[in-house]
Amino acid sequence: MLTYLLRRLAYAIPILLGVNLLTFALFFMVNTPDDMARMQLGVKRVTAEAIENWKQERGYHLPLLWNGQTGGLEKATQTIFFTKSARMFIGDFGAAEDGRDIAREIRTRMMPSLLIALPTFLIGIAVAVTLALFLAFFRATRLDFWGVSLAVALMSISGLFYIIGGQYLFAKILLLVPISGFGDGLDAWRFVILPVAIGVVSGIGANVRWYRTIFLEETNKEYIRAARARGLPETAIFFRHLLKNAMIPILTGVVVVIPSLFMGSLLMESFFGIPGLGSYTIDAINAQDFSVVRAMVFIGSVLYILGLILTDFSYTLVDPRIRFA
Amino acid sequence: MSIQVVFLWSDILLWLLCFAALVFGLRSMRVIHLARGWAKLARNPVATGTATVLAAFLLVGLLDSLHYREALPPTSDIEQNAEIRYGVEVISALDYFLHPLRTQHEKTYSAPFATRLYAMESVETPTGVTRIYPRLAYGGAYLDDESDKMADILTRLMTGIFLALILSAVLFIVFRHTLRTKYPGFAWQGMLAALCGIALIFLPLFFLTDGYHALGTDKVGQDVLYQALKSVRTALIIGLVTTLVMLPIAVLLGIAAGYFRGWIDDIIQYIYTVLNSIPGVLLIAAAVLMMQVVIDTHPEWFSTAAERADLRLLALCLILGVTTWTSLARLLRGETLKLRELEYIEAARAFGVPSGRIIIRHILPNLMHIVIIALVMDFSALVLAEAVLSYVGIGVDPATTSFGTMINNARMELSREPAVWWSLAAAFSFMFALVLAANLFADAVRDAFDPRFEHAPTGGTCQSKG
Repeated sequence: MLTYLLRRLAYAIPILLGVNLLTFALFFMVNTPDDMARMQLGVKRVTAEAIENWKQERGYHLPLLWNGQTGGLEKATQTIFFTKSARMFIGDFGAAEDGRDIAREIRTRMMPSLLIALPTFLIGIAVAVTLALFLAFFRATRLDFWGVSLAVALMSISGLFYIIGGQYLFAKILLLVPISGFGDGLDAWRFVILPVAIGVVSGIGANVRWYRTIFLEETNKEYIRAARARGLPETAIFFRHLLKNAMIPILTGVVVVIPSLFMGSLLMESFFGIPGLGSYTIDAINAQDFSVVRAMVFIGSVLYILGLILTDFSYTLVDPRIRFA
Repeated sequence: MSIQVVFLWSDILLWLLCFAALVFGLRSMRVIHLARGWAKLARNPVATGTATVLAAFLLVGLLDSLHYREALPPTSDIEQNAEIRYGVEVISALDYFLHPLRTQHEKTYSAPFATRLYAMESVETPTGVTRIYPRLAYGGAYLDDESDKMADILTRLMTGIFLALILSAVLFIVFRHTLRTKYPGFAWQGMLAALCGIALIFLPLFFLTDGYHALGTDKVGQDVLYQALKSVRTALIIGLVTTLVMLPIAVLLGIAAGYFRGWIDDIIQYIYTVLNSIPGVLLIAAAVLMMQVVIDTHPEWFSTAAERADLRLLALCLILGVTTWTSLARLLRGETLKLRELEYIEAARAFGVPSGRIIIRHILPNLMHIVIIALVMDFSALVLAEAVLSYVGIGVDPATTSFGTMINNARMELSREPAVWWSLAAAFSFMFALVLAANLFADAVRDAFDPRFEHAPTGGTCQSKG
């Protein structure tokens, strides 16, 4: 088990290196730091000194990959790649445009993000799996047909509609919850409940349909036919046999996103003014704060890879046949 | 009047793409299992119906992709014989048909079917200055008495519905007598229902827009219906041109990885794992931010604003394509791995057929159903993604009319009193119609082409097209 874990972690390193190189190429080679300085300072009427100052302040004055002017190890370390990209591996993300430390910002913003994303995720799965099981139980009936039709209609609605419409209806017309904002401690629930509800509803269409397909594929397997032949009631087949066996395909899709929950939801957080990582990212994109976007890309891929490893482990929990060498 | 035809890059690509799709569709009839898929699709009324709706959207988009500049009228008699000069405004064939909608500007917001402006204005009267809601310049302007409005709207509505019903009846008779006998397998009912639906919506709308802004006007007084129709083209380009970018990468790399295996497979797998591990929105955001810097620092590349907006739209498609090819490539790789072990491929290899020909003759045709399914599935996701990206600020150029920019411009206005809801409603309904049709069509395509659904057992996806 431990060797397996170590091997998986070793696999992750080249991938993260690839992500790192890709973002480096995207942010520093497509556009030189000079271009970025000109962009930040305004395209026209910008002096060479202003650009040089801007670069000096942010450490962009160094060469990209190789510094020939210094000696020894500093040839590799005194470069933009090392100071800006490679240091992300040890959790040093540098400072944002407003001078704040990105790593600290991320730590404080994780909790609000999680407070929205985790309930949305858990309730969303519970609701979708229940409904999908229900539809699969009544498969090939009218109920199933209209259920699937409704699911397709729900998934054809833009996610923005759910958010804008939900916020308008419940916060502005019915005045049930505050329109936006966030509170500390227990008070937070008033701000959390609407985003979570909207998040669950907006995901329901696609999820129900997806789980229903998984369940239906399972119903055609031999062990189900065998169970039926033994005379087991349909309910027992569904809850005791089918649900358990359908866990593997469900887990593949579900577990991988768990670590990414820390990242929060871009749309939900910015619409409801929640001070999480999602709104942080959106603000950074709008302010063209490249260091923050770069940091978020890196963290996002770390969490995704973590999710892949977690997925593998979750298989051992539901399927005793799977063992790691 | 003389015109000067203008070719925008996106126009050329969209037309080329439709042409290519047509050629591919006709050619694929020769491949037996694909021909069977098409035939199965034609027998499905949901498929023919949604295909008709999609074709209507495509017609709007294609008409909107024929751009030209109108000649300016000569300013004086002396210039009569001089060279013809053209206006700077690039307009499309769709604009030509929608001329009244395009030109009838109000001052600012007005609700659907309103005869008066949304905002108060100071008007000088003989007794002094008073603040009133002024009458609109076009919406219901010909009504002497505003209390006639309801009767007028009803008359127009009824005329439209009446004509639509007549048209539907005519279509019904024509279809029954031609399509049913000539092509017995063809599910003409679906097509008929879709055509009748379109007629029932658009004929009344046609009569209503003649006198009113049926969906209201936006902040600068532009007709919302016109904007919604113009947005269709942007949505289609995002949905279709992106696949043009994604398809060659996915097919080439997916098949190469599966067929050659070894180090080629390792490299390709590495590339798509890296791309996959970056959250999609963030990767797109990073790429779009960089593209913006490139565009902003090189203003000399673009001669007109329209050209810049157009190239930005294409760049967005390029970025979306480069970031979304991975899932299709993975599917194709897996399938190729299975195919290359089959006996007929082994036989071909034993005969010394070169790899390139094996791939083109034996492997590619057997992967086509996966490609077709993936393409139609991606389309609706891309249309929805465009709106979200525009909201995040990494979408199309703000000057380009799209569902995303419509929503983005209108979403703050919901908090006004009374709420300005019509722009949002129009954008969301058009998007919903387009995406729903695409989703249903995609389902039908999957049922028709996916061999796993060939002998669908009880409760299989075949019975429930949704």
